[in-house]
Amino acid sequence: MKSLEELQKIKERALQRRKLAGEGARARIVVAMGTTGIAAGARDTMAAILKELEKRGITDVVVTQTGSAGMSTYEPVVQVQVGDGELITYGNVDASRAATLIGKHVLGGEIVAEWQVQ
Amino acid sequence: MMRRMIRATILVSGDPQSLGRGAEDVKLAIEAELSFYGLENEIEVGFGGGATRAEMLPSVSIYPEGVIYGPVKPADGALIVEEHLYKGRIVEHLLAPPDALVSGRLAALPAGKEGKRYAEKRVLLRRVGVIDPYNIEDYVAHDGYFALGQAITTMTPAEVLNVVRESGLQGRGGAGFPTGMKWSFVASRPEEVHYVVCNADESEPGTFKDRMILEGDPHAVLEGMALAGYAVGAHEGWIYIRGEYILSKERLEQAIHQAEELGVLGDDIMGSGFSFHIHVHAGAGAYVCGEETALLESMEGKRGIPRIRPPYPTVYGYHGMPTVVNNVETLANVPPILLNGAAWYRTLGTKRSPGTKLYSVMGDVNVTGLIEVPMGITLREVVDIYAGGMKEGKAFKCAQTGGSSGSIIPPDFLDTPMDYASMAEKGAGLGSGALLICGQDTCIVDLASVLLRFFKTESCGKCTPCRIGTTRLLETFDRLRVGQGKAEDLATLESIAQNMVKTSFCGLGQAAPTPVLTALRFFRDEIAAHLDGHCPAGVCPMQAPPAAPKTRHKYIS
Repeated sequence: MKSLEELQKIKERALQRRKLAGEGARARIVVAMGTTGIAAGARDTMAAILKELEKRGITDVVVTQTGSAGMSTYEPVVQVQVGDGELITYGNVDASRAATLIGKHVLGGEIVAEWQVQ
Repeated sequence: MMRRMIRATILVSGDPQSLGRGAEDVKLAIEAELSFYGLENEIEVGFGGGATRAEMLPSVSIYPEGVIYGPVKPADGALIVEEHLYKGRIVEHLLAPPDALVSGRLAALPAGKEGKRYAEKRVLLRRVGVIDPYNIEDYVAHDGYFALGQAITTMTPAEVLNVVRESGLQGRGGAGFPTGMKWSFVASRPEEVHYVVCNADESEPGTFKDRMILEGDPHAVLEGMALAGYAVGAHEGWIYIRGEYILSKERLEQAIHQAEELGVLGDDIMGSGFSFHIHVHAGAGAYVCGEETALLESMEGKRGIPRIRPPYPTVYGYHGMPTVVNNVETLANVPPILLNGAAWYRTLGTKRSPGTKLYSVMGDVNVTGLIEVPMGITLREVVDIYAGGMKEGKAFKCAQTGGSSGSIIPPDFLDTPMDYASMAEKGAGLGSGALLICGQDTCIVDLASVLLRFFKTESCGKCTPCRIGTTRLLETFDRLRVGQGKAEDLATLESIAQNMVKTSFCGLGQAAPTPVLTALRFFRDEIAAHLDGHCPAGVCPMQAPPAAPKTRHKYIS
């Protein structure tokens, strides 16, 4: 990298790319994959989400991972955002809950309040 | 276990001064008004610490918004309930001015929006749990590497150092040494080669704040190190990472690789002529290697035992060169300081300890995990607000701050602002940021014996006070646990512990007796009760285990 302007361009490009990815996508699912999350089963949750999406033939959902936000009590933590809607944080999302979340929230647009972390 | 769903918590300051000024009546007025509006089941009222300076007492804090009113008269109590809690409007003319707040400064914070929980202030964790740690673009999209870019292209190293000094940033490893001062020691050394070392050997039991940063936002640490390097004239940095942090190490190595590929680390960064390279060095599981000189020995490939200080690492560090050794959290503070300025940083936390602090909260509370709050918040606020209160059936008995080598503090400390200076004044330390909260069924003798077993194992054995001291302390507590204490035991414990503090070679032996000394100071009666064969908490067995059957070595007949 030769200058600060170049960094600015990378930032703009990154933001642009996110926007484009977001525009095409029906929803975004973020799984917290820190040590705490993984120990609580986040890998199984992630696998279950990918499997469920594949099973239902859904391709326009972005699934990403992030670090743990500190809510150890509630791990595995999964965040779901449908369209431009609010980013909803769910706690204790094991593999079976993950599948239900896709059916109810991602496809049905209905927030599962009882699993939500406030 | 289900907790009653409540939508707000009201804390009336319950210190003697407030009570003298009618805090009791304020609370009664609030309760009466709540039941008038039928809100008593969804809003909780209690006494809390005074959140303001004396002239603003009694104060009323409302969570989750984190709004603080003061001074509040009983008649105002009704108004606050009607306006704030019933109609949802803040009563402007009763608000305590921000400069009158002594703890937490919650009123100045936007509630719940930025953080995941109540009025948390996320500076270090603003990207943790948001970005993909494997993707450098995500970091750049959230203003990553701009602090470094601006610093190396528009500022001199002395200017960068000055901003950090003026911010008042203190080392977050536990000791709270001013970071700017440490940097200036290294910057002023005449040697040609200087080094930056990031201490990521987070081995204090119960502390996991550094791991959360490394796993969730590894680039923040790299950027902080590069800025440190620029300020002190170093071109090489090492991260000494705890051997067990496999995921953190993987993400760091990936991050370094991506940063070098993008050109924000490496040679001639952004055409400024400044070069900086970072390497990762994994530890092998020794607690003592978190001590900075033992860490440097270990990095040089020697046995991880501490060096004689002085000379300090700022003069004679890695391979004898001046070296800055900073904690992960300290370094992660640097980019936001450079990006927003020292004055902005000083608006957070308290005057004597600016900024935010990460706490890993554990124990008998409802919500455990990592929180980031402004310096100076009280323990009561952490327990009641962020940790969701004590578990059902548990009452707060003591807390241990700063991991295994931290102080054991009694309920008197609940309203002491948690910053380095205020805690030190009351004879306790803030330490690395672990908060172990214990309920009434924790026995101090049992707790001390668990902690000492750890230190006995981890003592490197180089110096006698630590090697023998930890062993003797553990033996004494183990005797107390089984009801075989002797009358002179308390004096012996005190004398061994004090000798260890005075004569141990390094921080391990100097800090290991801290829980013992604070337990003797604050919970002496409970320890003394064990001498009479009685464990007040009912935890200790109070009788010797049956003797193990003697087995002869099979080769000796």
